[in-house]
Amino acid sequence: MSLDSQPPPAGPQVGADEWVARQAHRREHLPSWLGVAQVRLERIGWWPRLAIAGLAGSMLPLIGLGGFQLQVGIDALILAMLAVGLNVVVGWAGLLDLGYVAFFGFGAYGFALLSSSQVGIHLSAPASLPVVMVGAAILGLLVGLPSRRLIGDYLAIVTLFFGEAFVEFTNNVAPGTLGGPNGIVGIDPISAFGKQITANTGYYYLLVILLVASMAVLRLLDTSRTGRAWRAVREDPLAAASMTIPVNRVKLMAFAFGAMVAALAGSVFAAQQISVFPTDFDTPYLILIYAGLILGGVGSIAGAVTGALVVTVIYDGLLRSPTDSGYLFYGLILLTLVVKLRPWRRLGAVLAATAALGFAAHAIVGAISASAVAGGPQSTGWIADVLRDWVIVPANPQVPGNYGFVLLVCLLIALVQIKGRWRTILLVPTIYLASFVWETRLVIEPAITRQLMIGAILIVMMIARPQGLLGTRRVEPPT
Amino acid sequence: MAFFFQELVNGVTNGALYALVALGFSMVYGVLKLLNFAHGDLYMVGAFIGYFVIQWFGGPTALTIPVPLLLLIMFILAAGVVGGLGVAIERFAYRPLRDAPRIAPLITAIGVSFFLENAALLLFGAQYRVYNTADFISLSSGIQIGSVTIDSVQIMVLVLGLVLMVGLRELVNRTKLGKQMRAVAADREAAEMLGINVNRTIAATFFLGSALAGVAGVMAGLLFNQVNNTIGFTAGLFAFTAAVVGGIGSLPGAMLGGLLIGLAQSFVTGYISSTYTNLLVFALLIVVMLVRPSGLLGRAQLQKV
Repeated sequence: MSLDSQPPPAGPQVGADEWVARQAHRREHLPSWLGVAQVRLERIGWWPRLAIAGLAGSMLPLIGLGGFQLQVGIDALILAMLAVGLNVVVGWAGLLDLGYVAFFGFGAYGFALLSSSQVGIHLSAPASLPVVMVGAAILGLLVGLPSRRLIGDYLAIVTLFFGEAFVEFTNNVAPGTLGGPNGIVGIDPISAFGKQITANTGYYYLLVILLVASMAVLRLLDTSRTGRAWRAVREDPLAAASMTIPVNRVKLMAFAFGAMVAALAGSVFAAQQISVFPTDFDTPYLILIYAGLILGGVGSIAGAVTGALVVTVIYDGLLRSPTDSGYLFYGLILLTLVVKLRPWRRLGAVLAATAALGFAAHAIVGAISASAVAGGPQSTGWIADVLRDWVIVPANPQVPGNYGFVLLVCLLIALVQIKGRWRTILLVPTIYLASFVWETRLVIEPAITRQLMIGAILIVMMIARPQGLLGTRRVEPPT
Repeated sequence: MAFFFQELVNGVTNGALYALVALGFSMVYGVLKLLNFAHGDLYMVGAFIGYFVIQWFGGPTALTIPVPLLLLIMFILAAGVVGGLGVAIERFAYRPLRDAPRIAPLITAIGVSFFLENAALLLFGAQYRVYNTADFISLSSGIQIGSVTIDSVQIMVLVLGLVLMVGLRELVNRTKLGKQMRAVAADREAAEMLGINVNRTIAATFFLGSALAGVAGVMAGLLFNQVNNTIGFTAGLFAFTAAVVGGIGSLPGAMLGGLLIGLAQSFVTGYISSTYTNLLVFALLIVVMLVRPSGLLGRAQLQKV
């Protein structure tokens, strides 16, 4: 369900070679009746689809999404807004902005200062949100100014340092106003026309509305003159300039729009969290936004939203409880095997060999030393019951788990490098080792595991499918 | 005035450290045009290796081998292991993306950096590991000029840093490998046509650069005493600044940049306040980038049409 998919291109497209575009279009559609359904769906047009998606999203609290799940939903929507905004800068204008999270922080801090007892101003949301957004747009213009002279990597550097400087600034400068490491607490809820949003359900609906609205605005922007100019500048600034596109102004506009969306998300974040701290806007969160955008597909609005939702559900939702994360982990392994291993005989052989290896190893090690298998799986639920006699977990699992982790990373690298039959054979111990490391270490440290997972998503996606789940592959001229 | 000179000495020492990290960073950028964000994390791995070597040989107070031998093992092991890690990262993460759009390897590099940082957190925990340098190297046996002290660790860092930098310069300018590296940096395709093994040259560059970061990590452990999984990020940013200020891709520029950053850090901490150190160093970078985007010693690149 890509918002950005278009009918088969009649002529050359901006950003895609004609042949590649046709090829990608052919490949984009699923075979048989699924493909037919997909084409039908695409004929509906983007705004009914957006409306349907928005409605479906707002149904979720009605069918029993509550408490912790609702919080995950709010986090997901905020991340989705940020990914959509980042997509303007990175996806459309092709400017690598590594300081994007600072605009989010600016929005949050701006709202916090304008609507809390910190400096004694209590503006209502209709008054403070425009101020914050315009402020962020101006800041975006300022940060974008170097993009007039700097291209590519250099811009990435400057923006990265801008992001770092923002964290340092909020941490150290004017502790009386910005609160230093203690941040700002006691932020007013979003209020408009005498009503206050205090419940999480309210914030959920607000965010759905804001997300749908920003998606619609950006979608219109994308197909406008400005959107075409962004893509032209992304592909070749020199050619764009010779076509009388004001390259610098177009770049600055991308920064300003991205910053505005981020500031809006930041304001809602601050109001919903009731507090802001400098660490909320540090590099790990930037990486999370990028992970969402990359996973979904750079350059596609629907992709950015999908990616952000998936990343949040993995990051916040599933990896919190050991049972859920077990489903995720083993499910992911099985899914990868089913998708990647052909023919079925080979898949069956690998699975059987893995099972046999596990039971044999467990029996042998158990016979040699009882304490070496005394730990039992750290997962919970029925997965643990299934794995009890299969995976070796020593009574004191930390140190063996650590060595297992290092070995696992080495094995995975080796697995990518070798080809043919040896790869299939090596797969068996790798799966078993992965399970061992999961049960001994990763499941106990969900906070670290999810960070590792985000890092791995970035690496694997870039190598395996750089266009993301919903994006289209681009052809770049050799530099 | 004594305070000024003391800060000068500290600044130069730290500068040598940053210069070593920046050199590797700049070398990698030179051959691959890739901002290797994972470079700072390699430095962190080097620091941890140094720590564990001390622990293996009985800990700081009860060393089972003489101190010079210990230092030698620390440096060689850190250089070797971290160099190997750098090569593995290149092979696994960057090589498949060599002809991809420019943004792809950058994001991969961020992913690698994030992965390494959190892998270290998983393996070693979040607490600071302490080298306790003072227990096995007598810090007072340095040079005393008036009221300015240069302690023995600082002397070692300065001398070793200088030796490595001169060695690297000779390697790049005089040897066949250096010639190949320069050729690949200038034009990878043309180099390949002339029979240079590009893959091997890039791997060698990664090994050298990463090994320098590993050595710098051990030095940092000896000098600052504390190691944990986040030191890589900060040091990476500083080295990054150094490389960029000096002119990215230029080796003398990286050294000059490292020195400047070390001095700036030391004087800001000494004369203004340590709370503003990072902020001012970052501001310095942004200003240099705006005024002279190609850095102090870098050459402006002409855009080919």
